[in-house]
Amino acid sequence: MASARAYRDRLTQRQRASLDKILVTCIGLVVLLVFLAPLGYMATTGIKSDVQISDPDAPKLWPYSKKTYEYKGEALEIFNVPTEDGVQQLAAIKKTRKATQFIDPQNPEGGEIRWEGNWRTLDPVYVSDPQWVNFRNAWEQLDFFKLFRNTFIIAGFGTIGAVISSVVVAYGFARFDFRGKNALFMVLIATVILPVQATLIPTYILYARIGWTNTFLPLIVPHFFANAYNVFLLRQYYLGIPREMDEAAEIDGASPLQTLFAVIIPQSIPAIMAVCLFHFFFAWNDFFAPLVYLVSRPELWPLSVGLQKFNAIYGRVPNLLQTGSMIMIIIPVVVFFLAQRVFMQGIVITGVEK
Amino acid sequence: MTASSQGRRSPMGKSAKKRRGPSARERYRARWGLIFISPWIVGFLAFTLIPILATLAFSFTDYSPVAPDRTRFVGVNNYATMFGDTKVRTSLAVTVRYGIMAIPATLGFGLLLATLVNAKHLVSKNIFRTLFFMPSMIPAVAGAMIWGGVMNTQTGWINLGLETIGIPGPDWLNSTTWIYPALVLIGLWGVGNLMVTLLAAMQGIPSEYFEAARMDGANPLQSYWFITLPMISPVIFYNLTLMLIGTFQYFVLPYVLKNGTGGPADATLFYSLNLYKNAFEYNLMGYGSALAWVLFIIVLILTVLLFASQRYWVYYAGGGD
Repeated sequence: MASARAYRDRLTQRQRASLDKILVTCIGLVVLLVFLAPLGYMATTGIKSDVQISDPDAPKLWPYSKKTYEYKGEALEIFNVPTEDGVQQLAAIKKTRKATQFIDPQNPEGGEIRWEGNWRTLDPVYVSDPQWVNFRNAWEQLDFFKLFRNTFIIAGFGTIGAVISSVVVAYGFARFDFRGKNALFMVLIATVILPVQATLIPTYILYARIGWTNTFLPLIVPHFFANAYNVFLLRQYYLGIPREMDEAAEIDGASPLQTLFAVIIPQSIPAIMAVCLFHFFFAWNDFFAPLVYLVSRPELWPLSVGLQKFNAIYGRVPNLLQTGSMIMIIIPVVVFFLAQRVFMQGIVITGVEK
Repeated sequence: MTASSQGRRSPMGKSAKKRRGPSARERYRARWGLIFISPWIVGFLAFTLIPILATLAFSFTDYSPVAPDRTRFVGVNNYATMFGDTKVRTSLAVTVRYGIMAIPATLGFGLLLATLVNAKHLVSKNIFRTLFFMPSMIPAVAGAMIWGGVMNTQTGWINLGLETIGIPGPDWLNSTTWIYPALVLIGLWGVGNLMVTLLAAMQGIPSEYFEAARMDGANPLQSYWFITLPMISPVIFYNLTLMLIGTFQYFVLPYVLKNGTGGPADATLFYSLNLYKNAFEYNLMGYGSALAWVLFIIVLILTVLLFASQRYWVYYAGGGD
């Protein structure tokens, strides 16, 4: 430690700066690697074979299968066999506890080789063998087509509602004066702390009465009435648009609604995009509401409920679960990488500027 | 409703005499403003205010969706039952226990990450920020599946890793002790929002503050403690509020990991899960409403306490209130 410090002191300013850079970046890389390691687990487990999953002796990290050798129409297992010429990879023809007859795949004409000892003590030879077919199996077994269709319907219509309503409501709060506006805005913000459970049961009973349970409606319609986060985000954005632009439109005879379309909306496309993305992925991830309202109608399940129910029934098939997870996360992850700036700015506006 | 009273001339005529009444344009614009916010007002009444009051009303009944016609008024019976209900006591204990572990751990980890991706010497900061944020985009159900595998005792990477350094790994998801650290650990994957908001707050601190501190002989740790932390305390406060509320609504992760059983031995019977089971599995919606109201009151009290604590530890640069 002391010598490291002494060494550091002898460096020039620039060398010291680059040493710090290497150190900090290495620490960052290690933390990141550990942080994202579960994705590696998902990716490798998702392409493992059922045999490997259920075999406790199989290698764990990568998808492997036992190497076999086709001999006279039979697939023979290949083992690492210690012989006088070192360890050889031989295919077992006849296995008994006392001795095993092998054949050399390199030299099948060489005849059978007898090896004394219990074949179970031998290590099988493994080869890398990713099971891409797991994707097709998961797609079919979970009926992903149906899950995706339902998710897109719920998320798509909900997004339309969330965007239209919050664009309009935020405009009202940002640009117009009326009595009680500030109090109403405080109430709107206060709804953030409201637990969903506080309103859940009467809403459920109402939906059941009007026949909306077991339909998509409870997951879509409420979003046509604006929510605090989206309104806050858009209002903050609108406040940054110069009022002179509105006034110019008003002088030209534009009604407030025309001003909204001609001035405000074109100026706030990034914020509207953020609201779109936030709502779409909120709906994509939402589990509680679809569970409550759709639990007895499997044909209407979105991805979240479908995957959970599959887990409940087939929890012992980890490879297909991981493949299913991969299929479910691919769209959110790709869209996030494409639009990460929009996401992070939106979070900063709702989280920091309050 | 507020605007119509504004537009009308007050019958008392008091305020109208004192100051000039609103001009035609002001009244016109006030009406438009109300029209624009009306979707939210309707939604607030229909989906928030009336349901909250209805929850209160239902909590005094034995409403069951199986036999809604036989609903009776039962007074405060549901609330009295709660006091003797061991499941309620368990669920509160479980929720508090988890919150005590999860909130400091998450906050600490979020601070560490934000500090790391804000570090002057970190190369290609933006890539780090994006990648640390990315798991927050992964749907909770899929995240639970992935981590359920990672924490598997046979093939999970955590226990394989522990094995290679000679530590026998615990059965994370089936032990009443280890399930909580497991849930906290999984929760860290959603640290992205916290990191990004803390980072933005850190970037908003004027660099002169740090220079002045350095001139006065402060070391980096001191300037972190005396400048960075106070300056970002409003954002810490905001996130703390959200986490506290989130703890009492915590549902998806334990539900998916344990398939809604609340196991092992009720160790994941969180308050929300107990409420859900009562209302939607046992069809005790009257009782569920009482549980919901108590949840609402708890969250309200905690939020009020947290807001009251602000003046002791949250620093508002503008002077605040």
